Amino acid sequence: MSQTSSQTDIKNPGTPGGSRTTVSSGGGTGRIWRKTLGRGSTISAHGQPMVWLAGGMLAICVVMIIGLVILVTVRGMATFWPGPMVSFVLADGKVVSGEITRTGSYLPRPELIAALPEEFRSKAKSLLAENDGISQRELVRTGNFELDGDHFSWVSDFTVTERRYPQWGMVVERLTWGRFYGEPREFWIDGELVADTPETTWSAFNEYHAEVRQRWQQRRHLERKALGKINHAQERARLQVRAAEMAAQQARMQYGSSSTEYLQAREELTRQQAIYAEADQGFRAEHALVRDRINALNRENDRYQLRFVTFDGFEKNMGLAEVVRAYPANQLSLLNRIGIYLDRWVEFLRDDPREANSEGGVFPAIFGTVVMTLIMCICVVPFGVLAALYLREYAKAGPLISTIRIAINNLAGVPSIVYGVFGLGFFCYLVGGTIDQIFFSAKLPSPTFGTGGILWASLTLALLTLPVVIVATEEALAAVPSSMREGSYASGASKWQTMQRIVLPRAMPGIMTGMILAMARGAGEVAPLMLVGAVKLAPELPIDGFAPFVHLERSFMHLGFHIYDLGFQSQNSEAAIPMVFTTTLLLILIITLLNLGAIYMRNRLRRKFVVSAI
Amino acid sequence: MEQQVVMDKMATNGDGNPLPLFKERRTNDRLQAIAAGKWFPPEVDARIDKEEIVLDIEKFCLWYGKDQALFDISMKIPYGKVTALIGPSGCGKSTLLRSVNRLNDLVDSVSIGGNMRLFGDSIYDKGVDVIELRKRMGMVAQKPNPFPMTIYENVIYPLRIDGINDRKVLNEVCEKSLRGAALWDEVKDRLQQSALGLSGGQQQRLCVARAIASEPEMLLMDEPCSALDPIATAKIEDLIDQLRGTYTILIVTHNMQQAARVSDYTAFMYLGQLVEYGPTLSLFKKPKLKETEDYITGRFG
Repeated sequence: MSQTSSQTDIKNPGTPGGSRTTVSSGGGTGRIWRKTLGRGSTISAHGQPMVWLAGGMLAICVVMIIGLVILVTVRGMATFWPGPMVSFVLADGKVVSGEITRTGSYLPRPELIAALPEEFRSKAKSLLAENDGISQRELVRTGNFELDGDHFSWVSDFTVTERRYPQWGMVVERLTWGRFYGEPREFWIDGELVADTPETTWSAFNEYHAEVRQRWQQRRHLERKALGKINHAQERARLQVRAAEMAAQQARMQYGSSSTEYLQAREELTRQQAIYAEADQGFRAEHALVRDRINALNRENDRYQLRFVTFDGFEKNMGLAEVVRAYPANQLSLLNRIGIYLDRWVEFLRDDPREANSEGGVFPAIFGTVVMTLIMCICVVPFGVLAALYLREYAKAGPLISTIRIAINNLAGVPSIVYGVFGLGFFCYLVGGTIDQIFFSAKLPSPTFGTGGILWASLTLALLTLPVVIVATEEALAAVPSSMREGSYASGASKWQTMQRIVLPRAMPGIMTGMILAMARGAGEVAPLMLVGAVKLAPELPIDGFAPFVHLERSFMHLGFHIYDLGFQSQNSEAAIPMVFTTTLLLILIITLLNLGAIYMRNRLRRKFVVSAI
Repeated sequence: MEQQVVMDKMATNGDGNPLPLFKERRTNDRLQAIAAGKWFPPEVDARIDKEEIVLDIEKFCLWYGKDQALFDISMKIPYGKVTALIGPSGCGKSTLLRSVNRLNDLVDSVSIGGNMRLFGDSIYDKGVDVIELRKRMGMVAQKPNPFPMTIYENVIYPLRIDGINDRKVLNEVCEKSLRGAALWDEVKDRLQQSALGLSGGQQQRLCVARAIASEPEMLLMDEPCSALDPIATAKIEDLIDQLRGTYTILIVTHNMQQAARVSDYTAFMYLGQLVEYGPTLSLFKKPKLKETEDYITGRFG
């Protein structure tokens, strides 16, 4: 009996009295009854349910992540695939033609059927009755916005009388007004008709389109680079005059209008004005010269004109230079389709956006994202590593340090938009405003650094990702074995020498892990960027050919912001949705690439510093 | 005489209730008294005073926070000889060794009393440059601790931190130190490879090479063979044998046979006190205290 009670006490230390009676009455023989599984140990000892729970959680995570990646990949990859072109003849005699973007089913209201012409009504009713009143419908991208005021239209199956795939249905991507669908009819050069059938027009198009596009690109290059250069020089000259003007004003305020300082400043101003006047002539002449070349190119391009007929009977004249890409959608071989598909990808990756970002490329956004992320890394890593170094190695442990550490960890939980507001107030207005006052006063009131820009965005994100870097670095520093530090101290190294030569190199892989996490977090962040410099369309890249080559004050485009803009701010949102997926896919790929680069570096460092034979 | 007094006190204090550990074995009154917090003056052989002294430890005490780890240790380390510190785990051997080059300074809670003198220069006075002090001593740790760099850089690390960048000097020191540590022939062809690729025994000899690279006045070894296999241990012991005479070596060891093999003098410590200190031969063959004999013959500890 004494043995029984002592065992019971071990099993239920909290309730000695109660359990003793239960055991003796339940067990009968005095042996303890245990819940057993299989060969005698308890379920909780095996831990099977917890293992299943843990595995199940992981499985759910993996399924969700893979599902997201597959969704983005499939829809992102499909965006640029050239599909066939369909032409529907509807019961009311209208013709709807274009590319089918998606299909769906819905319950049509009775008025819709009642509105059909008499002879189709019964047929429609029987079709609907067959499908339990549910109608299939297709969303057709009809384009031709300037003709009928619509980009897309729904076509229900019960209204369709005929579905055709016109042999000469062309898909035309244009510089303005979105896509155009129609049949090519005539090709004009210098007002002379050179082709008047679809076949000949198409062959003429192929003959001249490449050179016309080349001229158009030349023109754009002139507008961008040559005119940009002149404007840039002109602006610099103007700023010099403005600076002299301000110096004169200041001299008058400070020394009075009769002082020698003021007179000298006036003299300088007159001199600058004379220089500007002279230079201005030159600028105007150069400007006119470039304009002439642009006009010549335009005139040359204007010689080529196309005439299309749409499937609902409109005629449309179009300059050949307007057309970015055109193809007869129903005559393409698989190889042609692949060619167009790849061509569109190249355009997407290399070109500037057009049509409110829903067409064209995203190169400025790619460039902005990568540059911003790199600047962010350059800022946050040294800053965070040094802060963590002091916190872990130099600061004396105590309540103050604990508080600081908790505060840093909590910083990671602050909503990112708050960082955006802080960045706008502190970096843009306070720091940037002060810089403008001191160095760019001639340009005021238009701000240089005193507004959103890629530098301020990078710094804001650096602040946002600082906790990640500090925490990772602290852990990496703590993981450096103390035997190594002691070896260094015993060799007569000072604390800083030990840090610099032993601890930091050894902690480098861990620090790189922190950087990878920071990069992944920073590159995908959008909300704060809207306040501190990401814009819908940036006219210039932050790095270009004009001195000083790196313009960190400029606003920039960002893929994350681009996605938001496409998906929620676009006029033509149906056309933008596929681009959202493609851009998301691209952003994921870029972040993956940046991370792979960092992981490669980390592995090299790890091989160098951490691997040990024992 | 004094011992007798203490033992009389013990008899009244102990209340006839000795620790069970000693009940079945020989009673060990002096060790019991030490465990109860008594302090005994150590039994030091007179021959040590005739040697030339490198390090003079004077009434050295050390506390970890409120716990005292070393009690009034006074001992003299003779020049050019190997001195071994033995004793059961936790008796303060390593603490004493790490106090010599002030590595215990790195532990925040440590406070000390007493002093040590290296060739007459105080180690613990205010204003002592700890970094310069440590350069006068080399240290080999319990576990091999090569730095994550090449073998070459490991050996010349003490010179690098002094800012010596003359390739000729560095090469010379590197070869000399590696030869001194009996490692040269094994690594001369892969000096520019990572030191982390060496075997445990080689790593430990590399640490010896690093310790002697700056030509220290003393070598401190903290159980240098405890992480090594018997062959590597034999190599390190051979190495200690070779370094004898050139360097003054203070070595902590758990292994009585090792102490008997390599050292000239041996000190037996127990619970933070120095119990007996004398020439190794006489300490192992004919210890003055029966407690020492008990320990080295394995009757306790």
